[in-house]
Amino acid sequence: MKIVCCLKQVPDAKNVRLDPKTNTLSREGVESIMNPYDRHALEEGVRLKEQFGGSVVALSMGPPQAEEMLRDAIACGADEAVLVSDRAFAGSDTWATTYTLAMAINAIGGCDLVLCGKQAIDGDTAQVGPGLAHRLDIPYASYVRKIHGLQDGALLLQRMMDDGYDELRVPLPALLTVVKEINEPRIPSLKGKMRAKKAEIIRLNAAAIAADPACLGLAGSPTKVFKVFAPELRGDRTMLEGASHEQASQLAAILHTLV
Amino acid sequence: MDYFLTEEQQMIVDVARQITEEKIIPCRAELDEREEFPSAIIRDIAQADLAGLYISEQYGGYGGGSFDIVLALEQFARGCVGIATSFAANALGAYPIIISGSEELKQKYLPAIASGEKMAAFALTEPNAGSDASGIQTTAVLDGDHWVLNGTKQWITNGGEANVYSVIAITDRAKGPRGASMFVVEDTDPGFSYGQKEKKLGIRASSTRELIFKDCRIPRDRMIGRPGSGFITVMKTLDKSRPGIAILGVGLAQAALDEAAVYAKQRVQFGKPIIAFQAVQHLLADMAIQTEAARALVYQSAKHIDAHPEDMSKASSMCKVFATDVAMKVTVDAVQVLGGYGYMREYPVEKMMRDAKILQIYEGTNQIQRNVVGQALNKEYTA
Repeated sequence: MKIVCCLKQVPDAKNVRLDPKTNTLSREGVESIMNPYDRHALEEGVRLKEQFGGSVVALSMGPPQAEEMLRDAIACGADEAVLVSDRAFAGSDTWATTYTLAMAINAIGGCDLVLCGKQAIDGDTAQVGPGLAHRLDIPYASYVRKIHGLQDGALLLQRMMDDGYDELRVPLPALLTVVKEINEPRIPSLKGKMRAKKAEIIRLNAAAIAADPACLGLAGSPTKVFKVFAPELRGDRTMLEGASHEQASQLAAILHTLV
Repeated sequence: MDYFLTEEQQMIVDVARQITEEKIIPCRAELDEREEFPSAIIRDIAQADLAGLYISEQYGGYGGGSFDIVLALEQFARGCVGIATSFAANALGAYPIIISGSEELKQKYLPAIASGEKMAAFALTEPNAGSDASGIQTTAVLDGDHWVLNGTKQWITNGGEANVYSVIAITDRAKGPRGASMFVVEDTDPGFSYGQKEKKLGIRASSTRELIFKDCRIPRDRMIGRPGSGFITVMKTLDKSRPGIAILGVGLAQAALDEAAVYAKQRVQFGKPIIAFQAVQHLLADMAIQTEAARALVYQSAKHIDAHPEDMSKASSMCKVFATDVAMKVTVDAVQVLGGYGYMREYPVEKMMRDAKILQIYEGTNQIQRNVVGQALNKEYTA
């Protein structure tokens, strides 16, 4: 089974600050990490490889610095790593990103399974996984929390829902986005780290993935950001007290005054 | 302080530190409280390729020396000396096979220990044989193609958890110290069982247990080395392993210093963080000076041992005494810096102080280590 794990480098949420003037993320001096959900996707890919054989390709679209994260992925068990990087990708929204990733997956000869984290902790859109499946024209399941096994070319799995879970059979090739409950990611091994140090990270630019420039970066992104603002901090809040039915009627009264 | 580690040595530190921060520190208090063996963490260590650090590559290990295992153990001890002891005792159990074992024994046991599939333990101490190892009463008698062991071993680290035990027993009492031999006993061997699990002051996550041999029959080829070479193997094993105990003192002292310094910056009394008071500063300064001096001595001793395997004893004993005495003093002082909070189980320093004490006792008491150093001096300075 050839498995592609899509990984995004994100600012470490523990240290992130908002620039009060521009209302954008201030990334200066903030350490970058592998998106935590993507780490679970990578771990699941490596486990599937260990169980069923095959190979794991770590794939990232991002600036040259993302190479460090991809070496970390090799240390954690990925067989090879591909960095799709080009100035032309700058300003991509999720639509342009899924196009770029799909072209990259095609450029490396496709795969049987794509694994993504359920969302990135910086953009929080949760759109790239499903969008990529659409671009590749393959089925997908999101919020996967358990993969039971492989049967007649399909994965049997469990998808987490708000009110319980679904048992699904997803024929390959397919894409899955995973939740953190799916596994506990391993710590990179000593041999893995040594392999990662020497590993060659494959670099692909826009030309190498035969991308249409009109579909890339800002040009290929229908999302336009008009304004970014931090919601005003408001100190006025009312605490409701009493038994729950009393609180409910107090709340109803307040809501009535608002509508 | 920069010790100019190679890139590979730094990787060992990084992997061990990540295990310590992500796996050991979050559960150390609970394992201590429940006196529970850290099986899952031992598996994590193996999965990260650290179980076979000191085992040569031909048997599936990393091929490192004393210095490499010291680097890993220092990090583990920053998290928990109980867990680090369980890992260190595994190496202690494997060393006799590495030092004196036949090719067959090496091939049979070392790859499984290197991969983490099996765990080892070292069985020397008996009720009447502590510092004076000549008091050993466990016997091994040849009966056809089998050795038959009888006796009891006491306070065996990893007892009940390990699968492979390096055991010393008397094979010819008339020959005195030259009448002891070492054997590999497996957990499934007939006539081998475990006695009580001890309740301890510290290192409670580690298992300390009695081993009972009652007509325990093992195949003849399980003898490690020649008949009568048991004590030589034991001495070489302990010389090689002691820097591993010394470094537990360094890691522990560093952890205690870290806790004390962070607390001293946060704790405000008389309108100032207490680190601003000279009385506290001097305590912290002495803790830092001693810890760094201990680290330098242990690192250098481990490197010396790797370079001069024929001359291990003195360096090994010197670093064990110094670093473990430092650990005791620094952890006591860390509790003092934290005051009443330091005495409470809510903060980690009381556990550190409890854990420190064993370092001055096991793998040869610090008094015995001073004997070794003194005897070495007596030999060196011939009149």
